[in-house]
Amino acid sequence: MNKHANNERRRQAIYGWLLLTPAAILLSFFAFYPSLATFWSSLFSRGTRRNPTEFVGLENYTDLLNDPTFWVVVENNLLYAGMTIPISIFFALAMALWANSKISARGFVRTAYFTPTVLPMIAAANLWLFFYTPGLGVLDQIGSVFGLAPVNWLGQPETALWAIIIVTIWKEAGFFMIFYLAALQTIPTDYKEAADIEGTGRITYVRRIVLPLLMPTTLFIAVNAMINSVKLIDHLFILTKGGPSDASKLILYYIWEMAFAFFDAPHAAAMTVMVLVVLGIAAAVQFLYIDKRTHYQ
Amino acid sequence: MKQSKILGLALSGALAFSLPASAETELNMYYPIAVGGSLTKVVNGLVEDFQTKNPDIKVNAIYSGNYDDTRVRALSALNSGEPAQLAVMFSIDAYDLIEQELIVPFDDVIKSEDEKKWLSSFYPALMANGKVEGKTWGVPFQRSTIVAYYNKDMFRKAGLDPEKAPTTWKELIEMGKTLTNGDTHGLMIPSTGYPYWMFQALAIQNGKELMSNDGLTTYFDDPAVVDTLKFWKSLSAEHGIMPSGTVEWGTLRQAFLEGQTAMMWHSTGNLSAVKKSASFDFGVAMLPGNVRLGSPTGGGNFYLFKDTTAEEKAAALKLIKFMTAPKQAAAWSIATGYMGVSDAAYKTDALKKYTASFPPALVARNQLEHAVAEFSTFETARVREGLNNAIQSALTGSKTPKEALGEAQKSAVRLLKAYQ
Amino acid sequence: MNRFSKHLDSFGAIVLACIWISPLMFAFWAAFHTTSDAVNFNLLSSWTLDNFRTAWDGAPWLRYFMNTFLLVTIVLIGQFVITTLAGFAFAQVRFPGKDFVFILVLLQLFILPEVLIVENYAVVSKLGLFDTIVGVGIPYMASAFGIFLMRQSFKSVPIELHEAARIEGCSWFGILLKVYVPLAKPTYLAYALVSVSTHWNNFLWPLIVTNSEETRPLTVGLSIFGAPENGVDISIISAATMMSIAPLLVAFLVFQRQFVQAFLRSGIK
Repeated sequence: MNKHANNERRRQAIYGWLLLTPAAILLSFFAFYPSLATFWSSLFSRGTRRNPTEFVGLENYTDLLNDPTFWVVVENNLLYAGMTIPISIFFALAMALWANSKISARGFVRTAYFTPTVLPMIAAANLWLFFYTPGLGVLDQIGSVFGLAPVNWLGQPETALWAIIIVTIWKEAGFFMIFYLAALQTIPTDYKEAADIEGTGRITYVRRIVLPLLMPTTLFIAVNAMINSVKLIDHLFILTKGGPSDASKLILYYIWEMAFAFFDAPHAAAMTVMVLVVLGIAAAVQFLYIDKRTHYQ
Repeated sequence: MKQSKILGLALSGALAFSLPASAETELNMYYPIAVGGSLTKVVNGLVEDFQTKNPDIKVNAIYSGNYDDTRVRALSALNSGEPAQLAVMFSIDAYDLIEQELIVPFDDVIKSEDEKKWLSSFYPALMANGKVEGKTWGVPFQRSTIVAYYNKDMFRKAGLDPEKAPTTWKELIEMGKTLTNGDTHGLMIPSTGYPYWMFQALAIQNGKELMSNDGLTTYFDDPAVVDTLKFWKSLSAEHGIMPSGTVEWGTLRQAFLEGQTAMMWHSTGNLSAVKKSASFDFGVAMLPGNVRLGSPTGGGNFYLFKDTTAEEKAAALKLIKFMTAPKQAAAWSIATGYMGVSDAAYKTDALKKYTASFPPALVARNQLEHAVAEFSTFETARVREGLNNAIQSALTGSKTPKEALGEAQKSAVRLLKAYQ
Repeated sequence: MNRFSKHLDSFGAIVLACIWISPLMFAFWAAFHTTSDAVNFNLLSSWTLDNFRTAWDGAPWLRYFMNTFLLVTIVLIGQFVITTLAGFAFAQVRFPGKDFVFILVLLQLFILPEVLIVENYAVVSKLGLFDTIVGVGIPYMASAFGIFLMRQSFKSVPIELHEAARIEGCSWFGILLKVYVPLAKPTYLAYALVSVSTHWNNFLWPLIVTNSEETRPLTVGLSIFGAPENGVDISIISAATMMSIAPLLVAFLVFQRQFVQAFLRSGIK
């Protein structure tokens, strides 16, 4: 009997590993090996005609820390994340509350909010290019109706990053709205009825009951938004290319530029490692939080 | 990455042996379109023509976006072991391409007297960027200079002679002021996209080169250069003939066509597009000067890649000779507005007729007499970026010209130290 | 809620919706008018298809469209296969080290292919997959997100069905195909919609891995088209943009309900 059970267990183990093999191979090739290889290559210098590549330890990292552009880019990304995450969440929540309530033209409203999500970021950037064109673009034309001077939205350091932030919020809010919608639909209607009976105002109802119940969703969205604030840089290629004067440069764009435009793979690798570390910390935080919540419920 | 190159070469070597001896040499040519999409057809036409005349050579002309995209693409291909035999890339990429050991000089590939004559048949000003360490690494294909486009109708309305564009900085300011009113600016010089190019023109007009011709030194903080940036800033700050802040490169042509500015400085490569869409009488003139006249050249050269077989190099050379021959150079110039790259091109019937009926097409060529090599050094992308940022900081007022250029010079010195 | 606040709500929601849809509307309008008309907002000017003609001639859109279609199909097939196998393993098979490996898989949620572009590019080149559609899709096939979804979905299959099939003499693989996969159809559909949208719109990785027209997807084609040296033409770019988003947009408008449901489903962890 024991032998049978052991055989069974061994067979299961083999099956398990067999089933996992394709995924394991791909993940190794395209996630784990590259991460290690990136770290390894960040420890070498760039090879050129005059100076072949050699081991330099952490020199690439110190170079980056001494590079003023690097700090500008980090600042930009922090501001970018700090603005897009809360603002898109705010809009997503408002949109979800509206789309979930009994307003007129609900179908149109929901479609309008969600449409940017199905467009590629490149297309979204093209659409907004029309808005941001100085003098001839939509924003400036509207401004001129009110007597405002044309603004070079994409060409000024003060406004370039904000222009990028706005495009991101426009694209992301509808996507996050869906998660809120799903969560809202799980809130039992008796809560609302009870609140109505007690004469609680709508705003209080939302603040005291709905928001706390939506906490797990909000956390989930926040983590998604944080990952996207690193990953979503397509619009830079069309709108500003990181300029003017690096005012709108984000870190993934700088990595791309470093590796593919400046031919400096080691420094790009060093930056990649730093980004991975930050993302890893975020992963840890998410697992801790979400795990706690799941256990709570 | 070196490993994959060896692997790639080994594989292609193995393939070459295992395939039946084909009479065909296949060439992958990466090229940018700098004036908008529909010119791929013209390139394809030229390439078709070549293939008909040379049935043993197959050409894949791969459109790759703008200059930066094309460089990235061609280099990615090479880096990953994909064959690439030639490319049209920025004339100023030469130093970096040489440094990365990616290209061969034409001197090493040409053999006959005829070919030597061909190599020396181009306008000398256009060869300047391609000549490094005494050898020729790039051959002109789509070249330009900056020219001044101006709205003749607006000139007339303002009481100015429509055939006389400004020839000095003083005239530029005076005429600019006359042309500026509530709806229109007198002049727009773009300061996004390629601000260093425009700045180089102004600096030359003020008598100073921005870099040495060995790619090792820059002169950003020279007093004459600082004065130039101050002058550029004064056009908006003091004289009010240009909008303040930065002027957008991408939409400048549209702004000119919409009458938002009476004069604009832009590449001659825009000529055909402006000619097609202008609803007003417009003229093209050489840029004005201060101490002297001048403009940097611009545009793309043909480069030959190093990791290719001798047959491929020979075939690529044939293709390049064809594309730059007077007849093809003339056709390309008419279709785009780029310059004919050799004197012989301008002597062809097609181009003679065209320039007779449309004199603005000659302005860029005539300006070659005063032209200088485009800004280029080792690590050119990063050094250039420092300069671009300095220009934009000064124009937007976030730094003074002296500060901005001082910083740019410091970082250029740091970047170039390794090469000196 | 009283009528006034209801109207206020509707008003607010609709205003926001109009603002939200405006970039699309403006581009749509610009695409059908000449640049001059578009830019001057001559509302009564004539509609024209010229921009579309110019844009169509300017790039091999049909080829780009096909490449994108092939790409999302290949990615989806790869993902289905791999996530089904792996999800099943995690859900129903007992083997040593399961939890540890599962955590490794979840790590991948954060090791984005986008961040690892430099090394992944080297790996893809070494495998000889540079400038191939498979090369574009392969880093995404072992999707941690998909594995997680499938695991959840398979876990919720009643064990009796599994036992019943066992008794009938099915092998593990047979059970997987006959019992679990059919029951997980809604999840597959939901995942498919999310995956197709994501990969249809993917840009940075395809930008790096594709070089020629034979493999270039729509997003990269659009970005190249819109980046000429000598200036942008708003109407032509709008026309090109409209052309490239039309398929997905139309599909979305027609299958709205399913799209929204799909994203809803995949969001509920």
